[in-house]
Amino acid sequence: MKILVAVKRVIDYNVQIRVKEDGSGVVTDNVKMSTNPPDDNAVEEAVKIKEAGKATEVVAITVGEEKAQETVRKALAVGADRGIHVKAEGILEPLAVSKILQKVVEKEKPDLVFMGKQAIDDDCNQTGQMLAALLNWPQATFASKIDVKDKSLEVTREVDEGLETISVNVPAIITCDLRLNEPRYASLPNIMKAKKKPLEQLSATDLGIDTKPRIEQIKVEEPPKRKAGIKVGSVSELVQKLKNEAKVI
Amino acid sequence: MSREVMEYDVVIVGGGPSGLSTAIKLKQLNPEINVCVLEKAAEIGAHILSGNVFETRALDELIPNWKDLKSPVKTKVTKEKFLFLSKTKSLSWPTWLLPKVQKNHKNYIISLANLCRWLSEQAEALGVEIFPGFPASEIIYNENGSVKGVATQDMGIDKDGNKKDSFESGIELHAKVTVFAEGCRGHLGKELIKKFELDKDKDPQQYGIGFKEIWEVDESKHEEGMVMHTAGWPLDNKTYGGSFMYHAENKQIFLGYVIGLDYQNPYLSPFDEFQRFKTHPAIKKIIEGGKRISYGARALIEGGLQSLPKMYMPGALLVGCDAGTLNMPKIKGSHTAMKSGIIAAETIHEFIKENKELSNYETKFKNSWVYEELHAARNVKPSFSWGLILGIIFTGIDQILFRGKLPLTLKHKHADHETLKPANSMPKIEYPKPDNVITFDKTSSVYLTGTNHADNQPVHLKLKDKDLPIKYTLDKYDEPAQRYCPAGVYEVQIENNIPKFVINSQNCIHCKTCDIKEPSQNITWVTPEGSGGPRYGNM
Repeated sequence: MKILVAVKRVIDYNVQIRVKEDGSGVVTDNVKMSTNPPDDNAVEEAVKIKEAGKATEVVAITVGEEKAQETVRKALAVGADRGIHVKAEGILEPLAVSKILQKVVEKEKPDLVFMGKQAIDDDCNQTGQMLAALLNWPQATFASKIDVKDKSLEVTREVDEGLETISVNVPAIITCDLRLNEPRYASLPNIMKAKKKPLEQLSATDLGIDTKPRIEQIKVEEPPKRKAGIKVGSVSELVQKLKNEAKVI
Repeated sequence: MSREVMEYDVVIVGGGPSGLSTAIKLKQLNPEINVCVLEKAAEIGAHILSGNVFETRALDELIPNWKDLKSPVKTKVTKEKFLFLSKTKSLSWPTWLLPKVQKNHKNYIISLANLCRWLSEQAEALGVEIFPGFPASEIIYNENGSVKGVATQDMGIDKDGNKKDSFESGIELHAKVTVFAEGCRGHLGKELIKKFELDKDKDPQQYGIGFKEIWEVDESKHEEGMVMHTAGWPLDNKTYGGSFMYHAENKQIFLGYVIGLDYQNPYLSPFDEFQRFKTHPAIKKIIEGGKRISYGARALIEGGLQSLPKMYMPGALLVGCDAGTLNMPKIKGSHTAMKSGIIAAETIHEFIKENKELSNYETKFKNSWVYEELHAARNVKPSFSWGLILGIIFTGIDQILFRGKLPLTLKHKHADHETLKPANSMPKIEYPKPDNVITFDKTSSVYLTGTNHADNQPVHLKLKDKDLPIKYTLDKYDEPAQRYCPAGVYEVQIENNIPKFVINSQNCIHCKTCDIKEPSQNITWVTPEGSGGPRYGNM
């Protein structure tokens, strides 16, 4: 079994996001970037399945500018066998990314495609679902547990009501939740070895995919600042304020 | 326990200006040499904080065509001001009356973090291997006592010291020469200075704490290339310090404050002095209506030549401020740090190729312009131990009339942890509450640094005696850690009338001030798990 894992380069989750003054987006210059956190879980799970002898190859893929390669190198450092970087510039919407992934799937013929449940930058949560539709493959989203059976997977999903366990036939798309596993650290010797692993370069244009955004972004702005709280002296004052000032009861 | 070993010709600890310059120069001298750089931050530049008005002398020597290589050295200094502040007034000091070392007309306003990112690209292009996220946590010695290399931190240890499922052992990096470039108060440099008695017959090292905020201000208030320094208010005559305000590109202002850590009053809070400073009319009018976008703090070296330790030992060299090459009256250390790295690289190249002694580093250093600079600057900082006014008068005579050539050398008499006076003998200081417009509290400030440490790991601020803070320091000095820490790591909490000392180590921004100023030297800063700490942008 072969697993393709998609990873995305995003602003590091510890960085305080700053909106550009002209409202055209967020500041990314000189900002620490890293792999989208649930994508790390996706890579970890694929590597674990391979280590358990249930997969033969793990291929990491990213779509994006030159520097997006860093995320593939990181995946290689924690156990992926080889990498693919599809070069594409500018804002990439989930539809464009899933079309690119579809092309690569057709070429690579993996049995499973793993990725994070959503990216922490645009929070779209669409790429996995769109890819499933394009390929007409079954999907299991928000996976927090994966059991590999013979020709199927038993996947536990994090849903609003609790946990849902479903069975999906292979080939399938799985999007991973943060609870799925604890990603391992990349050790220094493995980072060195990863530099020597093959990394194939493709481009969106070569694959015949137009990545032009379909959505017009009008404005990006910061959420309104939280107002300072007040201290109330008694329960009746609280009730009175909630009723007359906040007008919530 | 045996760890995996990697062999290099040269291992460099720290990806700042000195370490990266060492790496680049080594590769220029011999492309065959194997060099690696370990950096504790998640990426190069993320733990770098500096003013910074940059003198290009060392960069000109290292990469003469830096202007053609898209370097982030772009904003030329166009205008200079020096102000003396009283509480409400400011007096402008004519620039022609400034000592030569404080003139900046050929210099650039830069982000040192961005310069380091650029230097790391140059180094990688030459084949240097750079490993961010890997702190060197211990020194490995040969049987004969010489330095063999370093070991990286184990990862995946829980707060009680047990291995987690994700445990990944650190590895040993062995080298012909190990270069320590950790910056001011490096924790391995500190160990080496002690073990090899590198500071023997030297004055105790002197430190300061530097704060920096980046503000985005209104176009009408921004003068790109303008450099302004102040002395005076809010500090009293006895406390050494001053501010900087650099108008950088993109309508940004680099605003900062430096306070000597030899201050005496345990009630003094360097953070709050900086916040209060911004309310001065001469400062407020510029940042008012603007937005603070970054915050950070870092200890810096102020001791100069008198406190500069021996910089070589068997198997290893100290470069930059891990030794202490900052030029205090010039308020600059990047060019001297880089030059020390260049000299170290030349020494190592000859050591590997021709078997020449590492002690040549000192000879070369003494014959270089860095030494000349530091020698001329040596009396400025110690003269301020007589107070601001006498310090200025002496500095005027020393720097303007004699250009640093007075035939005497003043001494630094005390280490910074010895200067605090008992709390009951000093006045309490009431700081105004933050207005969240111009002034802020520590919590919202640390938030801007992007600081994070993986939870469930051992506390990386070690107490030699865990009872001392409450039993002794609280009573005698009102536990000054609550105030000297710029990130609110240390708190004294009262529970059921019993005081408790709390260390919020996840807030630590790696400034090292606690390691320096704790009056009993009870706090030791060690490396946390890799990538922990701030994620500074263009600091």
